[in-house]
Amino acid sequence: MGIFEKIFRHHPPWGVHPDDHKLPAANAPLRSLPLPALLYVPMQQHVGSPARPVVLVGQHVLKGQLIAEAQGNVSAPVHAPTSGRISAIGEVTAPHPSGLAQLAITIAADGADTWCERLPVDDPFALAPEEIARRTAAAGVVGLGGATFPAAVKFNLGRRLKVNTLIVNGGECEPYLSSDDRIMRDRAAEVVDGLRIVMYAIGAREALVGIEDNKPQAIAAMRVAAAAFGNVQVRPVPARYPMGSDKQLIQTLTGKEVPADARAAEVGVLVHNVSTCAAVHRALRRGEPLVERIVTLNGGALTRPGNLLAPIGTPVVDLLRFAGVSGRPARLVLGGPMMGIVLPHARVPIVKGASGILAFDAAEAHVAEAGPCIRCGSCTRACPMGLLPLEMASRIGADDLAGAAGFGLSDCIGCGCCAYVCPSHIPLVQYFSYAKGELSARERSKLRNDATRRLAEERVARLEREAREKAAAAARRKAERDAAKAAAGAAARPLPVRIVKPASEAAT
Amino acid sequence: MWLAIFSLTLLGTLLGLALGLAAKRFHVEASSIVAEIEALMPGSNCGQCGFAGCPRAAAAIADGSAPVTVCPPGGKALAQMLAARLGISIDLTSVADEGPQIAIVAEDICIGCCRCSKVCPTDAIVGAAKQIHNVIREACTGCGNCIDRCPTEALLLQPLPVTVQHWVWPKPATVVIALAV
Repeated sequence: MGIFEKIFRHHPPWGVHPDDHKLPAANAPLRSLPLPALLYVPMQQHVGSPARPVVLVGQHVLKGQLIAEAQGNVSAPVHAPTSGRISAIGEVTAPHPSGLAQLAITIAADGADTWCERLPVDDPFALAPEEIARRTAAAGVVGLGGATFPAAVKFNLGRRLKVNTLIVNGGECEPYLSSDDRIMRDRAAEVVDGLRIVMYAIGAREALVGIEDNKPQAIAAMRVAAAAFGNVQVRPVPARYPMGSDKQLIQTLTGKEVPADARAAEVGVLVHNVSTCAAVHRALRRGEPLVERIVTLNGGALTRPGNLLAPIGTPVVDLLRFAGVSGRPARLVLGGPMMGIVLPHARVPIVKGASGILAFDAAEAHVAEAGPCIRCGSCTRACPMGLLPLEMASRIGADDLAGAAGFGLSDCIGCGCCAYVCPSHIPLVQYFSYAKGELSARERSKLRNDATRRLAEERVARLEREAREKAAAAARRKAERDAAKAAAGAAARPLPVRIVKPASEAAT
Repeated sequence: MWLAIFSLTLLGTLLGLALGLAAKRFHVEASSIVAEIEALMPGSNCGQCGFAGCPRAAAAIADGSAPVTVCPPGGKALAQMLAARLGISIDLTSVADEGPQIAIVAEDICIGCCRCSKVCPTDAIVGAAKQIHNVIREACTGCGNCIDRCPTEALLLQPLPVTVQHWVWPKPATVVIALAV
């Protein structure tokens, strides 16, 4: 192990090493937020289709009760984070860079925090793997590292592709954040039990827990918790951003490189975050759906930074008040400083994927003015995906999106290393986000045009069919009239007999 | 009589053969570009471009009398595909893509006359006689054919609201970046 670690001490050739700012927040003990009066629970807290509300305004709900069900294959249900009355179902500002509105259920807490009936499982390993995936899905567990991909969908994918290794992501490479660090220190046993349940659910034989070496307490706690299980190994990895990105962690731990446009499961590994594993443990062993999470409160504008256990749907303003704001924060960020999103104001609820709320003071929020590219190539050395950010950005700047795509735009993970090292402070990630969004918008509009053409063709077919049917009906009526006339004529004058075509023949 | 029949048959056969051979020999290859462009167009014949349907617009684009950006429902995606097919370069920033629009029915004044649903090129309006009509959002192309047909002005074109799912990051403000050549 010693030699192994020595080899890995050499930092990988990619990435950056920002000042991590994790202390003192990471060392402050975990606190629980006093229950807020109002909780705004968004319907879209995951990748995929938004959940559909199944409660009515005025209805009383209990903590953990289903309030919105999953829609479609990739989706996740949403549960009430506390007991109380549904006071509104309407739009609130979404925790999204656009600052647009999004459907949310507002719950006025009754203060009792009464749980609904929970169905704990004594021995999850006696259940079928499918049943574990079903219960995880029903508990609304999504990837808590930030990607918020529904966990159960990944279980089923892992089982289908016969994944051998589960990689548990305790990297937490983003500066300022320490919620995963805290969960590994305080709830290591839950994390290890959760990851063993995940291993069983996906049929993996071994689990590698990758933890950055700047979290010695977390590594120690996890080693103690995992000591009893030979197939769970805790592996320190060099602290290097973006180590917590799945592709980079897989490569560091297993040496396997995930091909472009492929998923991690296709190289026989599956990555789950440590917090996700703890949520799976709670969903199975305690029957508790995902209704709360640990949020890091950090940044220069806070007087009492630290980690808070807060119910989903808590407004950011309540968290900030609890952590003590000195003056007016220059910027509010949801998530980490590298990949997080800037919040338009503090009346935004936290969601399942909200690992941190950062309140920056003026010095931290300073953004240097962008200058021209000097083609120094710093960004190409920093890029963990081996791309050429300067070439892509120059093409996007000239509206040559196809050219940028040719340089591997779809492989960009948006980690922000290139923009971090850029001496000209060019907002490179924004170029790539713009280009990715614009390309997918064009793809959508192409699909829409195809659908329109199909609809137009179907309409023409319908009009033709209707015309045909009308003509047939008219012919039939005419034949019937003729037959009736002939019959009347025949009754009056029996001879000579006229042969009348049968109606069916006339209609053809 | 037999002589007449024979001579006419012979004459007909020879002339027919000559015509058939000439058709093969002097065959003129029709331009396939119009058909190709037509296949790319939405095909709803909505008329927003000012031409009588997609085939006419395709012909105009092919002979150069109409720009590739002529089709509003096609938007930037179609303009780019057409430009790629015709091998011309276009400046997409000038495309007035003010976003997709859809028709909506003001339900309080709809009288259920069914006139709008008859002219909808994509069958996007549902409703029976004397019942309030409605527009299927996914199927509406925003062509506006129904707007003039409504006797009570109950139909309006509205821009499709931008949602969190469809929002796109704006392009960064103008920064001079040296374009690699």
